[in-house]
Amino acid sequence: MITLNGKENKTYDNLNELLRENNFRKERIAVEINGVIIKKDDYEITPIEDGDTIEVVAFMGGG
Amino acid sequence: MDDKLIIQGHEFTSRFILGSGKYSLDLIKAAVENAGAQIITLALRRAATGNVANILDYIPEGVTLLPNTSGARNAGEAVRIARLAREVGCGDFIKIECIRDSKYLLPDNTETIKATEILAKEGFVVMPYMYPDLNAARDLKNAGAATIMPLGAPIGSNKGLCTKEFIQILIDEIDLPIIIDAGIGRPSQACEAMEMGAAAVMANTAIATAGDVPAMACAFKRAIEAGRAAYLSGLGRVIEKGASASSPLTGFLEMDS
Repeated sequence: MITLNGKENKTYDNLNELLRENNFRKERIAVEINGVIIKKDDYEITPIEDGDTIEVVAFMGGG
Repeated sequence: MDDKLIIQGHEFTSRFILGSGKYSLDLIKAAVENAGAQIITLALRRAATGNVANILDYIPEGVTLLPNTSGARNAGEAVRIARLAREVGCGDFIKIECIRDSKYLLPDNTETIKATEILAKEGFVVMPYMYPDLNAARDLKNAGAATIMPLGAPIGSNKGLCTKEFIQILIDEIDLPIIIDAGIGRPSQACEAMEMGAAAVMANTAIATAGDVPAMACAFKRAIEAGRAAYLSGLGRVIEKGASASSPLTGFLEMDS
């Protein structure tokens, strides 16, 4: 299991799979795994491991 | 038209920065267009799963995005949010918003200065939101800030230029664009800020809570242009005591007494 945006979630093989299955749009988000920001070019080759804490963020309205 | 707003080498013809909070998505595009805004602020939050609409889908092309670090209570958190915002891939601008008081939402100048120094070194165009204090503004400038953004009144209050005197000090003493950010509630207040010599005005709630959002965005645009034109024209002098006749003092008709 991993933690995705604060909630327990099943694990995935790699980051691309996580983004695809959750319908996250790559060009609208940024990703941090265990406190480390992942470069977009590396999404394909970034593995996900059990116990990982993942934050996927996007822009919203704000002042 | 040579009167451009220049932020660390980036040129803008609009002096109105529009906040994007509190709107329904369908109003954002109209608000941006009516405001003539070229810079829009955004927040960064956990993304929702599913193919949900994203605010970037509604912002016209060519607009500069200014993510804020709202949610940050200290420099470390602000830096983290800034780096994530940059990784979304929409440019290097960042508005530092470091707030640890949840009642008045007043910015922490000390943490803002720390975050500015770190992020300026990493190549961000840093636009710090701050409480108008001349010493803090000088420290922000030395830390590499591209602009200084003092509040007029608490965020979302629509109270206007409560800190007017202290904003004027910054305008007079700091050689950076001073952009009033927070508290402006009416176009007349935005106009007044520009008459004082502010480089630009940021407003969000004043437009988002208006009866007619696009119309208010347009009213603000005109007010900001008017204030800037007035400033550049040189405001007339004020007579504190007494008066000075506007009509000639000679050639009066003979009047029956």
